[in-house]
Amino acid sequence: MNEKMGKISRRQFLQGSLATPLALALAGGMVTMPFLRRADAQGFYLRPPGALDEKRFLGACVKCGKCAQACPYNSVRMAGPEAGVAIGTPHIIARESPCYLCPDLPCAKACPSGALDAKLDDVEKVRMGTAVIVDRENCLSIRGLRCEVCYRQCPLIDKAITIDPRHNPRTGVHTIMEPVVHRDKCVGCGICEKSCVREKPVIVVMRTPPKQEDYYEF
Amino acid sequence: MEWTRRKFLKTTAAAAAFAAAGADLIKGGAGNAEAVENGIKWGKAPCRFCGVGCGVLVGVKNNRIVATKGDPAAPVNKGLNCIKGYFLSKVLYGKDRLTKPLIRKGDKFVEASWDEAMELITSKFKESVEKHGPDSVAIYGSGQWTVFEGYAASKLFKGGIGTNNIEPNARLCMASAVAAFMNTFGSDEPMGCYDDLDLGDTYFLWGANMAEAHPVLFSRLIDNKLKNTRVKIIDLGTRFTRTSQMADMYVSFKPQTDLAILNGIAHVIVKEKLYDEDFIKKHVVFKKGKENIGYGLEEKYKFDDEPKGITFEEYREFLKLYTPEYVSKLSGVPVKTIHEMAHLYADKKRKVNSLWTMGFNHHSRGTWANNLVYNLHLLTGKIGRPGENPLSLTGQPSACGTAREVGTFGHRLPADMVVMNPEHREKTAKIWGVPASKIPAKPGPHAVEMFRGLDRGEIKVMWIQVTNPFVSLPNLTRYRKAARKEGRFIVVSDIYPTRSTELADVILPSASWVEKEGVFGNTERRTQHWFKLVEPPGEARNDLWQTMELARRLGHGNLFPYKSVEKEMWEEYRQFTIGQGKDLAPYEAYHKARGLRWPVVNGQETLWRYAEGHDPYVKKGEGLKFYKNKANDFKAVIWARPYEPPAESPDREYPFWLSTGRVLEHWHTGTMTGRVPELKRAYPAAVVEMNADDAKRLGIKNRDKVKMSSRRGTIVLPAEINGRGKPGKGNVFVAFFDETKLINELCIDAYDPISKEPEFKKCAVKIEKA
Repeated sequence: MNEKMGKISRRQFLQGSLATPLALALAGGMVTMPFLRRADAQGFYLRPPGALDEKRFLGACVKCGKCAQACPYNSVRMAGPEAGVAIGTPHIIARESPCYLCPDLPCAKACPSGALDAKLDDVEKVRMGTAVIVDRENCLSIRGLRCEVCYRQCPLIDKAITIDPRHNPRTGVHTIMEPVVHRDKCVGCGICEKSCVREKPVIVVMRTPPKQEDYYEF
Repeated sequence: MEWTRRKFLKTTAAAAAFAAAGADLIKGGAGNAEAVENGIKWGKAPCRFCGVGCGVLVGVKNNRIVATKGDPAAPVNKGLNCIKGYFLSKVLYGKDRLTKPLIRKGDKFVEASWDEAMELITSKFKESVEKHGPDSVAIYGSGQWTVFEGYAASKLFKGGIGTNNIEPNARLCMASAVAAFMNTFGSDEPMGCYDDLDLGDTYFLWGANMAEAHPVLFSRLIDNKLKNTRVKIIDLGTRFTRTSQMADMYVSFKPQTDLAILNGIAHVIVKEKLYDEDFIKKHVVFKKGKENIGYGLEEKYKFDDEPKGITFEEYREFLKLYTPEYVSKLSGVPVKTIHEMAHLYADKKRKVNSLWTMGFNHHSRGTWANNLVYNLHLLTGKIGRPGENPLSLTGQPSACGTAREVGTFGHRLPADMVVMNPEHREKTAKIWGVPASKIPAKPGPHAVEMFRGLDRGEIKVMWIQVTNPFVSLPNLTRYRKAARKEGRFIVVSDIYPTRSTELADVILPSASWVEKEGVFGNTERRTQHWFKLVEPPGEARNDLWQTMELARRLGHGNLFPYKSVEKEMWEEYRQFTIGQGKDLAPYEAYHKARGLRWPVVNGQETLWRYAEGHDPYVKKGEGLKFYKNKANDFKAVIWARPYEPPAESPDREYPFWLSTGRVLEHWHTGTMTGRVPELKRAYPAAVVEMNADDAKRLGIKNRDKVKMSSRRGTIVLPAEINGRGKPGKGNVFVAFFDETKLINELCIDAYDPISKEPEFKKCAVKIEKA
């Protein structure tokens, strides 16, 4: 185990993962299918739980494939040549098979290089990315239908995703039950992306946007 | 951002089509609610799934359903759907749709012509009736039968073959509600309607996960709460659900103790004199029935209640036991909460509604639970008025319209009549044009007893239509084995291969939903009609035709002499309802209307039964009249029903309570929703929901495989902890939609002796890490 990597605190971890490594600009050009995607348009790869920030991750990962072997759901897969410099690194295509957040995090434990934090022991502290409703107009829940599949399938239901109910003026007697993602709780597992019933998922995991400090409390 | 309707419609092409075809069609009143736009022809229908009865518009092109959408003109849903309704267009188009009759040859099924299949079925029915009498054959149908299918089956079996061996799967879901409607009010089905969801301010949900099982209605209930800060929703259950999450108050209790809680609330109301004395004097009588009534586990178990009139004083005495302290000890509900609930029920400034579903009905004392909730409304006089009513929610699209109103039970006839009553048999025989002696006076076996009869060998030939009993029966292993016993002959009509068709001798390919003309009746007495919009695939045919074809071949063709089948059958059936307070309208009235709530008198539907100014049967000055309860001087009955334990409780060996139920994404045994890839992806397979503390104690983590066993069966499932449903400590929950995981093998086939409805919500299991 890499001692140094193991000591990264949650704060450091979060701060780190928010940076935009230059390397990803390269990978961004390699995007294939936009919705069943490996990396998104910004070159974001959904890495297994406990991954270092992307730049350091690419440096640390020895591409041994042990995390992929350890995944009981075959969700972790190794990137092909389309990934450029990231070739051979592990990633998750949430729409095909998301991270199911094994409580003992076998993928991270299997990592010999410290690219994944083997000491991570709480799935709620995983930060792979953040789910975002990218297409509100196609979200059935926001249109007033009783869908909310992403919410009910969220492993952190009522924490990472909650329902914001509001009056539906179209019918006058119903409620729009809008799923709302909370970035401070969302671990980015991608189960919502996988379970979205639309042909193209309207909720997808993206790079967690940088936290912006302010002192406005309300 | 403000979502004007215009903006909203612009968002998708489909929605644009809806603007053109859907909304305008309704206002323009195109003939029979059909309109053509972009080569897509739109027609209306009620949704195929639950008992809410949402209206949908069905878009058809080249004899195929290409789109569906919520019908903006439908008062039930005003254009909305749940996620199941959204995917209605895919439900009929699974790859493995049955298109040809199949006959079993050894372990295989071979294709056959309709003539061969029907000839074989006919010969088996004939042979069995000749050798063993008419009670050796049976038909098992469903609350998804259209009114016509149920009516034809009832007429053929009761009026033609001469047996009362007809049951619907509604016995497994609504029978306790029916029994309590009958013994409390003398007539089945609710006095209130969905408008009460908008008009009330206090809602008690008893064993009802409305958020998932009645999605669009729940959305309506929550809107009332959003508009009115006074609205209070109290959810009582043994499992914290998505409904509990949105309620104002969640009251967790130990399984079965709902009986005690209801009596505890009544205790406080009576003791503190919070009741409406005037109402009680005018509208209520008191009764008690038999106690220690058993659980129907014995073969051929027989039970008849023996109602006895009692006084208010005797009822008061009966309630003395149920002090909040005693009830609290039994149920785990705090004393304070029991007081609080009693005061909410009795608060003269509050319009109180009770809503319930399978928590009450899947209960070995289900009829009692229903009786006890009516007690609270009758004590406080909060009944039969807009915005304050008890409302029994239903789970199937026509549990009310067909199973209950047509009366497709072993003991029932149309419009609240029963086979045991000679006058009812007389009236029925007259309308059917058969001798009254044809309809047997002895009720047919209830569902569990019917399948026990199949196992024992009394029933030899059984036809199953529109349901999947070999997934949905309790103590399933016994009945699955029964189906394949020597000398039994099973016919299953369905649209897909199921775990029931695999046990059949003949499989018949059926037409479904808008592949035929039909009528369904929903929870709020709303009768809804649709026309046939597409042809069924291959050689698939309407169940109605199948039943009438058997009749013809058995020599009972004279029962169905119609030229225009649906219209003439409707007008014949309608005769049963006229003047009975259950009046249905002429057939054409339903062609355009988005359903009408019976009784429909002079073209006017009825929103609140028994209420002056709303129900045409109540005369001016009468105010409220339970006019169907002639036997009780037109009064409703408050029943003294005690707490009694369930058939099986957890013990050292089997320490957990198992409850089963639904999830929003799937419906019933999943034969339809399981064919929709999107729904399958959304909720792929059954899990066992566990309480987090229990899981921790057993070393079980989220998604770990666990082995769960009851005295009847074993199943291996992944655990789900802190997911959408959080069972109370000592409880586990499994949804029953997954045909690869037959959870009902674990369930006990105990039933309520009064209603004969099985106990799907309680049995004892043990859990090990697999």
